[in-house]
Amino acid sequence: MDDVRIQKFEKRRAELAKMSDEQLKARFWELCDKMVEPMLDYGQRFTSMSIERSVLLRMGIDSVTSQGVVSKINEAGLLGKGAGHVVLKVSKKNNVDIREAAKLINNDITVLKSL
Amino acid sequence: MNKLDPKVKIDIEEILKDLEHYHPRRKGWTWREKPEGGVYKVEKFEFKNMTLPLKNSVPLPAAKYFNNIDPQPEPVITTEIASGRFEDDIRRMRMAAWHGADHIMVIRTTGQSHIDGLLEGTPEGVGGVPITRKQIRASRKACDLIEDEVGRKINFHSYVSGVAGPEVAVLFAEEGINGAHQDPQYNVLYRNVNMYRSFTDAASAKKVMADAGIFQIDGAHNANATAKEGWSVMPELLVQHGLNCAFSVGVGMPKSQIGLSTVPPCAPPSPKLWYDLPYAVALRDIFSEFKFRAQQNTRYIEADIEEATRTHVIDTMISALTHADIQSTITPDEGRNVPWHYNNIRGIETAKQTLVALDGIKELIKIDRSGPLGEMVRDIKERAICLLEEMIEIGGYFAAVEKGFFVDSARYPERNGDGIARDSKGGVGAGSIVEREADYYAPVCSVFGHNHLPAGTKKPCDLIDGCTLCKPEKIAYIDEIDQTDNCNLRLEKTVEHRKGNSIKPEAEWAGDGTVLIQLFVPEEVEIAKVAALEMAKKMGLNDPEVINAQVMHPSEGTFVEVKGKVGFSIDRTTLKIPPKEEILGEDEIRAGVKKVGLTVVAGTVGEDEHSVGLREILDIKHGGIEKYGVKYHYLGTSVPISKIVDAAVETGADAILISTIISHNDVHRKNMKKLHELCLEKGIRDKVLCMCGGTQVTREIAKECGMDDGFGRGSKGIHVVNSLVKCLKAKGKI
Ligand code: B12
Repeated sequence: MDDVRIQKFEKRRAELAKMSDEQLKARFWELCDKMVEPMLDYGQRFTSMSIERSVLLRMGIDSVTSQGVVSKINEAGLLGKGAGHVVLKVSKKNNVDIREAAKLINNDITVLKSL
Repeated sequence: MNKLDPKVKIDIEEILKDLEHYHPRRKGWTWREKPEGGVYKVEKFEFKNMTLPLKNSVPLPAAKYFNNIDPQPEPVITTEIASGRFEDDIRRMRMAAWHGADHIMVIRTTGQSHIDGLLEGTPEGVGGVPITRKQIRASRKACDLIEDEVGRKINFHSYVSGVAGPEVAVLFAEEGINGAHQDPQYNVLYRNVNMYRSFTDAASAKKVMADAGIFQIDGAHNANATAKEGWSVMPELLVQHGLNCAFSVGVGMPKSQIGLSTVPPCAPPSPKLWYDLPYAVALRDIFSEFKFRAQQNTRYIEADIEEATRTHVIDTMISALTHADIQSTITPDEGRNVPWHYNNIRGIETAKQTLVALDGIKELIKIDRSGPLGEMVRDIKERAICLLEEMIEIGGYFAAVEKGFFVDSARYPERNGDGIARDSKGGVGAGSIVEREADYYAPVCSVFGHNHLPAGTKKPCDLIDGCTLCKPEKIAYIDEIDQTDNCNLRLEKTVEHRKGNSIKPEAEWAGDGTVLIQLFVPEEVEIAKVAALEMAKKMGLNDPEVINAQVMHPSEGTFVEVKGKVGFSIDRTTLKIPPKEEILGEDEIRAGVKKVGLTVVAGTVGEDEHSVGLREILDIKHGGIEKYGVKYHYLGTSVPISKIVDAAVETGADAILISTIISHNDVHRKNMKKLHELCLEKGIRDKVLCMCGGTQVTREIAKECGMDDGFGRGSKGIHVVNSLVKCLKAKGKI
């Protein structure tokens, strides 16, 4: 196996030997850009508890409360909607401000049921 | 407190007041400023690469021979300060800034990267500081005061890594952190965070950092610190840098905000330059559009402080020969303990001293690519590209990590099979990412990725009437959570050492009592270590511990360093501080000299040939006593005491001035006593003043030996003539 790898390496290297320094540099970046495409795609399409908590922080909710709220939203299977979105909905529906809405969710997960 | 006074200690309790309402006064990174025209002219020198000087600083020790100039090199200089107690670190930050650091990094407490969420309050840390809002605010607020005091902006820095990356990034953006490490590969390889989670979080975190102007540093240097042969992993290092850069740019971070964390990977006794220079050049070729944070080597540093410093000088020379935007420093004691106060300063001085010395080196010396260097540079680049090609071939980054492609200590394409392999389905936070649904949205700024905001939304945070990034007053501040572990309790315990009259030595924390003793023990190393410990115990040190033992010869002896703690403290009120000598006015001095027609005889006595010091004291050209009208008879060097006394009798001199530079075996004391006694014998002691000077002479020693006064390093003619006049006055002669 390793011999095969080394042979491939030698072949690749022979190709690179023909390139100028500028071409090498371009090739390096072309490969890096290609390599990070799937990772960027993950970043676009997915979210996580930490990302959602970071949204709630930006909405002015403290870290301790955010922790509880995001867990509850995750339990309720609503993380894919966005925790900020959910809190905003709860706040509108119950006619309370954002911080109050977060508290509501923390105290009683059922406020998430009927959204 | 809105201004620091250099003569007064920073008041930590004051800093902690009203933190709830503190907001950073700026965001983003600051580079050093070049003088107009680029050239820095000071005294007799013209520097090519220096930046604007500081308002207040401590220059290098030799500066006193150069009119106290303190040139500030072009790269920002980093020091890492994280003793576990941020309240003690603040004082160290101030000391560091005075020595030329303008990038202060705080490493996080052990295990913080596995905590799923933010920490709050100010609990004590281990090997770092728990990074919390309160800790950042207090430190940033202190840095504001310190930067005003030194007259240069300070960049405050910490780490956006672990499983709470996005939250930490928001915290940093809100609190005006200026720089941060962020590299998802680091989480995967060294913290075993699940790879999908790590990259998903990193994208969000990087977006927040990009918008807040937080300068980013990657984590590639950890591969040199981990691999046994740091220099073998050079191709991989290029790949790690490349991936984090490409990923960050993909998220939208400007290249000018992205820094490579790079370390010269080798150390003597290898021929270091043959590895480190081609590597440095290859990196700077490929990453020419990015910034460079040059770190110093830690991989091969153990207990010997001097060895560390020497390696770091060479590391810094490589920065100067190539290029660095930030020169980071490693404290020379990094290999033996969590850094001590003064070792941060030593690290900073190593960087400053080297960069100042090598100012303009590129105008004098050119890197020669035509020879072996060019080939080596090319070799590293080609290997890195081949590694990337192989990664793509086997299925990309995630697959490559699963197969242990990274941190393998062999030189690519060879493999030692000791790379760090991670299961894509395993690790901390595995399976924790959730796909965003069609109606996913986040009503805040700096969101990365799909954000399906309700139709017609102009700015995302309009939906909530502004987010904390736009309206800082909305930030929710938590003070303390743990009432048994916080800075208030710690500060109470040390208040007598910080603000009271109890003086205790310290290495890390107020009142820690830590001291270091250095001994040469004329025994082989194993015996020497045990003997040194016993000696430390006899000296009264608590918890003594040998932290360095260096063989001088297998049987002749060993150099040993022992740390320990003292159990006592000194009461400031019992100290007798010698009052600063008051210098009489020049007119008064001249009048006194004239009145008696002051005459002296002078010479370097014994077998001592050192003349420079005494000539400076005498000679008008150096501002010596001649300038004030004193007449002198200079007898030269190696003058016998009897000869100088005879000369005094012959000339009727008012005073005898002797120089004794050599102090070996206390000859300086012996000669002083001899002079005193001979004058007594000859019956002239009450008629003639006797004074002595030299590097090891102090007023106290001189007086002990019967002299009227004594003068050490840095003395000037004015001090001497001042003393002569005062003594004559006391005797009623003036
Ligand atoms: C220059 C120098 C020499 C020159 C001297 C030339 C000359 N004509 O003076 C030479 C090369 C000849 C030399 C020789 C030796 N040197 Co030499 N030398 C030095 C050196 C590098 C600098 C000293 C100096 O001029 N400083 C600058 C002046 C301005 O400072 P200063 O002397 O301290 O004087 C100030 C004060 O002390 C005070 N002062 C001094 N004298 C007086 C007198 C009076 C009345 C007053 C009021 C004040 C005063 O005011 C001065 C102005 O501020 C020092 C190392 C160092 N970096 O300090 C070693 C040093 C002084 N030398 C040292 C030694 C041991 C020697 C030799 C014995 C080495 C040898 N084995 O051959 C020989 C001496 C031979 C001999 N018989 O004397 C040692 C002394 C160690 C000790 N404390 O015992 C030193 C410290 C180096 C070392 N660490 O080994 N040396």
